[in-house]
Amino acid sequence: MDQGFFLLFATVAVITALTVVLARNPVHSALALMACFLQISAVFILLEAPLLAVVQIFVYVGAIMVLFLFVIMMIDVREAALQRFLPGGNLPALVLLVLLGVEMFVLVLSSDRFSVTEPVAMGGGDQIRQLSTTLFADYLLPFEAASVILLAALVGAIVLARKESG
Amino acid sequence: MVPLWWYILLGVVLFVIGAAGVLVRRNILIVLMSLELLLNSVNINFIAFGRYYADFRGQIFAIFVIATTAAEVAVALGILVALVRNKSTLKVDDVTVMKG
Repeated sequence: MDQGFFLLFATVAVITALTVVLARNPVHSALALMACFLQISAVFILLEAPLLAVVQIFVYVGAIMVLFLFVIMMIDVREAALQRFLPGGNLPALVLLVLLGVEMFVLVLSSDRFSVTEPVAMGGGDQIRQLSTTLFADYLLPFEAASVILLAALVGAIVLARKESG
Repeated sequence: MVPLWWYILLGVVLFVIGAAGVLVRRNILIVLMSLELLLNSVNINFIAFGRYYADFRGQIFAIFVIATTAAEVAVALGILVALVRNKSTLKVDDVTVMKG
């Protein structure tokens, strides 16, 4: 049951990810990436991380991809859609990617660290409460740093996208 | 029950696809979207390991990755809008000089 759902979600995620890279039109890429993020949030639910699944849908599908679509609509993408890939010099990159993929496959399949089939039982129900306790007690300083980073990004994006750069 | 290495392999496949998008596409928008894909594949790994080794730190790191990604996308799209306004190009190989 779980395995069937995982295979379904993983297949659709890989197909949509390929569509992101191969599509000629950036709008098609953005929509395929939205579909891919939805599949990944379904995988998060399979991993019993419902909070992360909801955050994934809110932040990625709801905010980031809408931002992408706004920018695509703001700027003229027709001239860039003519040529899909970098002209020449693709071969080293592709060889590098194949090597990277094969290396990771071999490492994953040969190591016994990854062959855990039964997850260790989480300590009792109410995982969200434990998660938030850990987040706001042990990781309070990184949390505050993340909020400062978001504020800096907000100010920086406004300054960068302003009309006059004086 | 789904074995752990299935999730890791899904992460590997998505990572390689995203890296291919970053390396061989010439449209800056697609390069940015492929970066999102890379970060998401890393998130899958974090959460899968956190689940199978019963550790909350995987999910917490994934939350931080998502927050940082939101900041990165905002700044990158701001730079992209400024770039299109000044140079009216979307190709990565047209943007090879810092000043101009």
